Amino acid sequence: MTNNTSSSTGTKRRIVKDKIVYASVCFFSFLTMVPLFLILWEVLSKGYKNFNLRLFTEVAPSSMDAMLARVSGEAIPGGILNGITGTILIVALAVLFTIPLGLFIGIYLAENSEKQFSKVVSFLTDLLQGIPSIVIGIIAYAWVVKPLGSYSALAGSVALTIMMLPMVVRSTEETLKMLPVSYKEAGLSLGSSYTNVVFKVLLPSGFGGIFTGILLAISRVMGETAPLMLTALGASLVNWDIFEPTSSIPLLIWEFYNDPNLIDLIWSSSLLLLIVIFVLNWIAKTVASKWKI
Amino acid sequence: MKDKIFNILLFAAALAVLLLTAGVLYALVGKSLEVFSEYGVWGFVSNSEWDPRSATEEYGALSFIMGTLYTAFFALFLCIPFSLPVALFTGEYFKGKRVASVVSSIVDLLAGIPSIVYGLWGFYALRPVVISLGVNAQGFGVFLASVVLAVMIIPYASSLSAEFISMVPNNLKEGAYSLGATRSEVIQRVSLPFARSGIVASYILALGRALGETMAVTMLIGNTNNIPDGLRGTGNTMASIIANQFGEADGLKLSALIAIGLLLFIITALINLIAKLIMKKLSAV
Repeated sequence: MTNNTSSSTGTKRRIVKDKIVYASVCFFSFLTMVPLFLILWEVLSKGYKNFNLRLFTEVAPSSMDAMLARVSGEAIPGGILNGITGTILIVALAVLFTIPLGLFIGIYLAENSEKQFSKVVSFLTDLLQGIPSIVIGIIAYAWVVKPLGSYSALAGSVALTIMMLPMVVRSTEETLKMLPVSYKEAGLSLGSSYTNVVFKVLLPSGFGGIFTGILLAISRVMGETAPLMLTALGASLVNWDIFEPTSSIPLLIWEFYNDPNLIDLIWSSSLLLLIVIFVLNWIAKTVASKWKI
Repeated sequence: MKDKIFNILLFAAALAVLLLTAGVLYALVGKSLEVFSEYGVWGFVSNSEWDPRSATEEYGALSFIMGTLYTAFFALFLCIPFSLPVALFTGEYFKGKRVASVVSSIVDLLAGIPSIVYGLWGFYALRPVVISLGVNAQGFGVFLASVVLAVMIIPYASSLSAEFISMVPNNLKEGAYSLGATRSEVIQRVSLPFARSGIVASYILALGRALGETMAVTMLIGNTNNIPDGLRGTGNTMASIIANQFGEADGLKLSALIAIGLLLFIITALINLIAKLIMKKLSAV
């Protein structure tokens, strides 16, 4: 009898412990989501005031203009047009470099996965993916800025290309590997050439996964600041020349952060950046679930 | 004919990865040689003095290596009590349920926030809290940087370890349940031991992230060129010293900064390699 009660208190203790573990897992999981909402709140509540049309139509103000406006109690003049156009230029150029190269490498790896050479390439892709962004900045500086003698949008997009390439290669490779072999066999048995099978059967069937990979890669590099500090540098005016220094939204945020007169603009710029990144993520998720293989 | 050209193109693209890697090493090693021949590799790595004034010019990387290790490991330590519950929540308790995918998508959004926005948040929202906690007078330092870094690496640690936890075979868990184990006992005695190497690998990868993180740390660590005086102290990490001083650098200083970049590259590459090896062993089993 005594034995029985002691074992039932033991069982009780185990059940209580089980409940405590369950409750704390739930509690800490929800606690983990708090920072996201805190960050969003911080950016939204401070950024909405300056989030207006001017943000998109005017370039960043000089420190002097901003100070005069502050002294007279007006809103800071200007926006971040030079950053928006710079981000578009640098990212678009990087996408232009990344897509053909990334797709081809991904196709090669998916089609030749047993070759020793593929294993080497695959290993090096992982290696490239792990390089910290600031080191990528140094590399693009050594490759492009030094030889051309000037900071440039081109150097910035080379840096972003090195960052995006491994992501696009991986998503392409993994998507193609998931396609049933029968797709390829059917195409080939109909007398289609290998090239046609890849471009008319494999790539279209894997479109969802590949496109999602590209979008996610873009959203990842969109907010990169460190590599651009060493390559694109920044510019106070709108610049479309890829050989000239160019600004970007994150670079402008960094400038504003370092200039007490321009502090009001950091939040609206961050808000814009977050909106763009989250929309890209959302589109990527939607595409991925719509085009599931 | 067309196929032949296409195959050559594919091969050339794959070859480009080799060239890219060679170019990366060439750029980093080539430019670091100057500082290594000046002090020797060990002399550079073991010296904690960083003095760019031309009269007493001297460069050593030790302060920044220590700063990097302090912040990254403390961030890793801080992120465990949050990322592990998230992994259990999404990979075990609510595996496959809608609430699990909602929680994991929300936590994954943390990975999408740019480093510089984390830096702003740390500076404007967390720094006052750190000051009021009495950690140090200015708020800047290893502590503040690590807290923000911990938040940044949570999604990397949790999403991958959740995958490993969800891969624990059901028959093992059912065996334990049939012996009368409670759910927490199954997790403790079956799921976690089974997924252990995978979880360790995810945390090593998260550590790799933390080592190379630049902007947020640069904005929060205080930017002093010394070995951090514990968690309350200020310092610089390898990434933050490059971000801070690369712009105006030339000559020996530029070479020293690039050498730090090379060291950072080697450290993160090794860390990632270890994690990949552990995971490869797992998939072979």
